[in-house]
Amino acid sequence: MSEPVLEARDVAKHFPVGRRGVVRAVEDATLALLPGRIVALVGESGSGKTTLARVLARFYPPTSGEVLLHGRAGTGRRGYHSDVQLIFQDPFGSLNPLHRVRYNLERALRLHHRTRDRRELERQVLDLLERVSLSPAGDFVDKFPHELSGGQRQRVVIARALAVRPKVLLGDEPISMLDVSIRLDMLNLLARLRDEDGLALLYITHDIASARYLCDDIVVMYAGRMIEGGPKEDVIARPRHPYTKLLIESSPDPGRGEDDRAALFDGADELGEPPSLVNPPAGCRFHPRCPFAMPECEQSPPPRTDLGGGHWAHCWLHQKGRAGDLASTTHAAAPALRAAGPADAPGAADDCGDGKEEGP
Amino acid sequence: MTSQTQEHAPATPAAHRAVLRVDGLSVEYAGEVRACVDVSFTLRRGEILGVAGESGSGKSTLITALTRLQRPPAVTTAGRILYHGRDGGPPVDLVTLDDKALRDLRWTSLSIVLQSAMDALNPVLRLGAQFADALRAHDRRMSKKEAWQRAAELLAMVGISADRVRGYPHQLSGGMRQRAAIALALACRPDLVVMDEPTTAVDVVMQRQILSQVLRLRDELGFAVVFVTHDLSLLLEVADRIAIMYAGRIVEIGTARALYTGPKHPYTQGLRDSFPPLHAPLRPLSGIPGSPPDLRRPPPGCAFHPRCPERFDGCDRILPELVPAAGHEVACLLYPAGGDR
Ligand SMILES: Nc1ncnc2c1ncn2[C@@H]1O[C@H](COP(=O)(O)OP(=O)(O)OP(=O)(O)O)[C@@H](O)[C@H]1O
Ligand SMILES: Nc1ncnc2c1ncn2[C@@H]1O[C@H](COP(=O)(O)OP(=O)(O)OP(=O)(O)O)[C@@H](O)[C@H]1O
Ligand code: SF4
Ligand SMILES: [Mg+2]
Ligand SMILES: [Mg+2]
Repeated sequence: MSEPVLEARDVAKHFPVGRRGVVRAVEDATLALLPGRIVALVGESGSGKTTLARVLARFYPPTSGEVLLHGRAGTGRRGYHSDVQLIFQDPFGSLNPLHRVRYNLERALRLHHRTRDRRELERQVLDLLERVSLSPAGDFVDKFPHELSGGQRQRVVIARALAVRPKVLLGDEPISMLDVSIRLDMLNLLARLRDEDGLALLYITHDIASARYLCDDIVVMYAGRMIEGGPKEDVIARPRHPYTKLLIESSPDPGRGEDDRAALFDGADELGEPPSLVNPPAGCRFHPRCPFAMPECEQSPPPRTDLGGGHWAHCWLHQKGRAGDLASTTHAAAPALRAAGPADAPGAADDCGDGKEEGP
Repeated sequence: MTSQTQEHAPATPAAHRAVLRVDGLSVEYAGEVRACVDVSFTLRRGEILGVAGESGSGKSTLITALTRLQRPPAVTTAGRILYHGRDGGPPVDLVTLDDKALRDLRWTSLSIVLQSAMDALNPVLRLGAQFADALRAHDRRMSKKEAWQRAAELLAMVGISADRVRGYPHQLSGGMRQRAAIALALACRPDLVVMDEPTTAVDVVMQRQILSQVLRLRDELGFAVVFVTHDLSLLLEVADRIAIMYAGRIVEIGTARALYTGPKHPYTQGLRDSFPPLHAPLRPLSGIPGSPPDLRRPPPGCAFHPRCPERFDGCDRILPELVPAAGHEVACLLYPAGGDR
């Protein structure tokens, strides 16, 4: 396998708040982006996805740990951003409002490619707009950001990142405001850049179906930590962390029947609140909301269990031979399970029992 | 206050059943871009109307116009927006209402959740203070302390813990800001809330929690919601009816289920087929070919005709009107007026 272009190793990012407090936005994050591969980063709102992307883009220094580009820690700022581009989550804040679309794109071309020739600049700008389906491009080059709809701005932001021709693209919910048809165009464009140009992409999203369509691997975050990761189909079809399972069960799915849907909404209140990152829960950060929690979950953070085929998870169930519980119940049904207390682990050793300590 | 919970069996006389009647509404930007054209629909009390459609088709323009929050160069050039208040009095036309009267309605009767949560929250004010201001502006008897307490309750309702109430908006994650904006919109118990992609920035678990709160509060307080999102499968779950916009016009409107299971307009059909599946086998999808029209020079006839797979003679000349077709309404020449196809 090829070498990572961009890596985070044991990265933590803390923000001071108030007089003594600190928000533990990201902890123990390790992630490698490879050329020609797309990693989707999904997870809870406020779990640190944007923070991690900003650390990777060197908008923030990490509190601890390191970020390596081509295996090296130090690179000049300009050089760094020629290789690593971040698409910000909020397209309303990330374009210069005083300048037209043309200027916003030309600036990126000038800065990173020293393109000076006027005609050549114009040609490239129009070409970029067409690539992000803002066509005919001539209708958009002279607009100011405030004259564009949310989805149009989002595409200008993507075009600007592509203008740099980076090796790594960090997309923070880059297509969340596009209609589904244009969203598909963008997903197909990103897939082409991966396949043809060997782009490495981190795709942050709440839309798990789009992550599945586009990415190779999925990493799931909860409360500042990476809790599960692996090849997309494994993670989506057989989630091995209770939070991942909850996330996938909660995704809108037209295939779901009326009754299941009603149950999902009715059960929504019992799902608990996201934890504080100032005083995060001890042990597994998901334990206050987890229907499977056991005594050890409250005491120490679950270690990483390798589940084979590149799939891993941080959950005590795998260390205690209870992996089967996860597969055999849904979140909607699980509160009852919690009330009843941990039963004997049914089927722990069969189809799902691939945790380390459960040898035959 | 009266509250109507079941949209199918309203307890009030027919005259009050509608909270909003939009009639022939057109909005233009500086006389150039026709972003909303001849939009008409009726919103029932307590109803949730989903609005989906292509990027740039005028959804945000429509809902800012509904609450008269649009800024120049946007101008409402035609139409009426009749608002029926809770008191059962005669309706007022929001299009012609003066600023003072409009201010009195804002937050208590009409409120909005903007597409960019940052625009809704003041960056230099603590979160709690923004709520306290809104609450106290409409209830002068409320003390500062009460207002902050209520702020904390409202934020808790959308899953933001009490230790954040003294924080500033930039200290929140994108999703938290969005949730705060929703709580703020509901703070003064409005009659009508318009929401522009309110849950696009939050995870699906939180999305479900927020929407189940919105549904519950709707049942309790009876407000109606206009909900803009690109997520048709979400609308299928929360909306009573769905309207699809294309090039500034509503091209199809009907109950959520009918629209999803039996979309009539070729554009709606294209949208429905553009969703990658969550579980079914993956295959390459290509979306709707062609690109959205330029609203300065919209194509003649049906604006979708250059991209339409079912286009036939006449589509490039005749403007289709919204007509009933199999339980919902559609604007497409395949469904001629009077002939239920
Ligand atoms: N500048 C800051 N000061 C203090 N806290 C911050 C700051 N930036 C982010 N945080 C906190 O760090 C945590 C992680 O935020 P982040 O924006 O990375 O989340 P996210 O996973 O991107 O969420 P979302 O999906 O909602 O965008 C949140 O609790 C947030 O409130
Ligand atoms: N201030 C403005 N001046 C000129 N044109 C504008 C202005 N604001 C918006 N427009 C145009 O009006 C059209 C409708 O914009 P609107 O924001 O209502 O779209 P939308 O349906 O909300 O799109 P999205 O889903 O991308 O948010 C777009 O084509 C946009 O380019
Ligand atoms: S470690 Fe325990 S609390 Fe955490 S997800 Fe696994 S079972 Fe639940
Ligand atoms: Mg984020
Ligand atoms: Mg919009």
